[in-house]
Amino acid sequence: MSSAPAQLAIEARSVRRVYRTKPADVVALDGVDLDVAPGEFFGLLGPNGAGKTTLIKILTTLLLPSSGTARVFGFDVERDVKRIRRIMNMVAGGEQSGYGILTVREQLWMFSQFYGLGSRPGWERVDELIAATGLADQRLQRVSTLSTGQRQKMNMARGLLNDPWILFLDEPTLGLDVSAARSIRALVLDWKTAVPGRTVLLTTHYMAEADDLCDRIAIVDHGRILAIGSPAELKRRVQRESIFRIELDRLDGGSTALARLPGVVSAAEAGAGEGEEERQTVVMNLVLAEDAALGGVVGALGATGSTILALRKSEPTLEDVFVELVGRGFEESEQDERTAVPA
Amino acid sequence: MSAFVHHRTASPHAAADWSSRQTLMTNLRTVIGRAYPRVRGMVREPSWVFFEILLPFLATSAFVFVYRALQAPAEYIGFVVLGGAMTAFWLNVIWMMAQQLWWEKSQGNLELYFAAPIDFMAVLFGMAVGGLIMSSSRAFIVLVVATAVYGVSFAVDQWLLLLAVFGLTLAALYGLGMVLASLFLMWGREAWHLTQLLQEPIYFVSGLNFPVGRLGFLGALSISLLPLAVGLDALRQLAFADTPYPAGTPPPEVEVLILLAMTAVFLLAARWTLRVLERRARQAGRLSIRWQ
Repeated sequence: MSSAPAQLAIEARSVRRVYRTKPADVVALDGVDLDVAPGEFFGLLGPNGAGKTTLIKILTTLLLPSSGTARVFGFDVERDVKRIRRIMNMVAGGEQSGYGILTVREQLWMFSQFYGLGSRPGWERVDELIAATGLADQRLQRVSTLSTGQRQKMNMARGLLNDPWILFLDEPTLGLDVSAARSIRALVLDWKTAVPGRTVLLTTHYMAEADDLCDRIAIVDHGRILAIGSPAELKRRVQRESIFRIELDRLDGGSTALARLPGVVSAAEAGAGEGEEERQTVVMNLVLAEDAALGGVVGALGATGSTILALRKSEPTLEDVFVELVGRGFEESEQDERTAVPA
Repeated sequence: MSAFVHHRTASPHAAADWSSRQTLMTNLRTVIGRAYPRVRGMVREPSWVFFEILLPFLATSAFVFVYRALQAPAEYIGFVVLGGAMTAFWLNVIWMMAQQLWWEKSQGNLELYFAAPIDFMAVLFGMAVGGLIMSSSRAFIVLVVATAVYGVSFAVDQWLLLLAVFGLTLAALYGLGMVLASLFLMWGREAWHLTQLLQEPIYFVSGLNFPVGRLGFLGALSISLLPLAVGLDALRQLAFADTPYPAGTPPPEVEVLILLAMTAVFLLAARWTLRVLERRARQAGRLSIRWQ
C-alpha cells in the first residue's frame, strides 16, 4: 500500500501528454504542474483543445501521461489505479452513457452495482439521488426519452452514487439551458458542502461558471497552465486601474475638467442615457489610478451642480484575464484550434 | 444519511482500502448489473422474437428441405435443427460480445466501466451471462419448434455427458467472445468488418448444417480450434446415439476434454489480453477517444 500522509487531492508534476497522430503529433499537455488541496473546488478554464479533458482523463486513470507524474490523494495514476477508482467519480457534459432501453431508476441501479452497493441498498440509494436531483417524475421513464437537462441530472446522480471523495466534472453544463445549468451547479455545490474535504475538479470554458463555483482556477491554453489563483486574484492581475461607470443628470464643462483632477487617468463620455421621464442623462467612463481618487471626482461634480444618478465599479472578467495572458480571446483560440488540429 | 452523505468514510485512504471480500462482492454484483440491461431488454422489446427466432427458424428450415429433397438420412434433419439452435450462441458471441465494446466506447460507457473500481472481466462476464440468457431462450424455442415441425427424435444415452458438453461449449464460446472483445477494444472501427468475416466462414467450418467430420482435415482443425465445432459435434453424437455417426471426429468423451482445455485457455487468454490491451489503450488514449 502506498504511504499516505496528508496529501494533496491532486498533485501533478511536469505532466506531458502527446497523441501520436498523422500528419503530426499533437501535444495535449506540455509540462503541467498542479496542486489541488483537499476540499477545494478547483477549475480548469480554457478554450476547447486547451488540454483540460486530457488532464482529467489522466487523473481519472483512463489515460497515461507520456511523461511526468500525477497523484490523486497520494495515489499514483499509473500504479494505484484501483484505489483511485474507489474514491472518485466523473461526469462529463453531453454524456450519452448507459442503455436507452432502461428506465432512469434501472440505469442508476445498474451503475450502483459497479460500486459495490448491494441490490436493495442500491435501489434505496438510487431513490435518494433521484429525489435529490429532481428526477422523481422521470424515475420510471426510459433513458432514451429524457431531455438533455434531465439526462445530465441523471448523469450527476450516477456520479454521486459512490459518495466519491473527489468528483471530476468535464464541462458538466455543456449544451444545457440556463435553468438546467443552474440546477446542476446548485446540486454540485450542495453535494460538496455536505461533507468537508470533498474535492471537485471542474473543467469548463464558461467563465461565469468558473467564477461562480471555483475556489481557485487554472487558466489553460495549448497544454500549459498560464496562471493559477482565486477568481479575485486572477482578476487583480489585469486590474491595474479602477474603472467606474458613472451616470449624471448633466455635465457642465464636459469631461475635460474631470480628466485634469488628481488621480484621474482618463474620463470619457460613454454616451447619453435615458433617464426618468425620457430626460437625457450623461454616462461617463472614468479610469482612476486608485479608488481613492473617486472622492475628488464626486466633490468636483457636486461643485458644478451635477447629480450622480448611478455609479458602478467595472470589474475585469476572467475573459479579460485570458486575453491578457494569451493575447487573444476564447473564441479566437478555439478558432485557431479548429484550424490547427484536423478532426 | 442523506442523498449527499450516504456512506461516509474517515478519509480517502480509508475509502480506497477494500477487503478481498468487498472486491469480490463488487465484481459479482457487476456481473449481475451488466447482465441486467440484456435481460430487461429481452422482456421490454419483443421484436427480438421475430429477428432472433423466426428468421433463424426459416434459415434452418431451408436446410431441412434441401436434405429432404436429397433424401439424406433422417438424422441429418436432427443435425441441422441442433446446428440451428446453436447458431444463436455464436451470433450472440460475435455481435453482442466481440463487437459490443466498440459500441460501448462510442456510447461513452466504456470509460465509465474502466473508471469504476471493478475488474473489467466482471463486465465481460456480465455481458456473457446476459447474452446466454437471451440466446438460450432463442435456442430453446428454435429447438422445440423445429423438433415438433420436422419430427426430429432424439436418443440420448448419456444425459450427464450431454449437459456437460453443452455447458462447456457455452463456457468456451463465451470465453472466446471475451478474447475477441478484448482484441476489438484495440481494433475499433475495423470491428464491424471483422465480425462480418467471422460469421459465414465460421458457420461453414463449424459444420452448423452438416457433420464437421465431412470436411476432413479442415474439420479436424475446426474441432481443435473452434468451440462451436467441437461442441456441436459432441452434442450430435450424444443426442442421436441410436444412429451411426459419420466418422472423422473424436468420441464425445475426448471432445469434452478439448472443450475443457479451450475454456481454460480462452478465459486465461481473455484475462491476459484484457490487461495488456487495457494498458496499451490507456497509453494510446483509445479508452476514451470515441472516433478511434
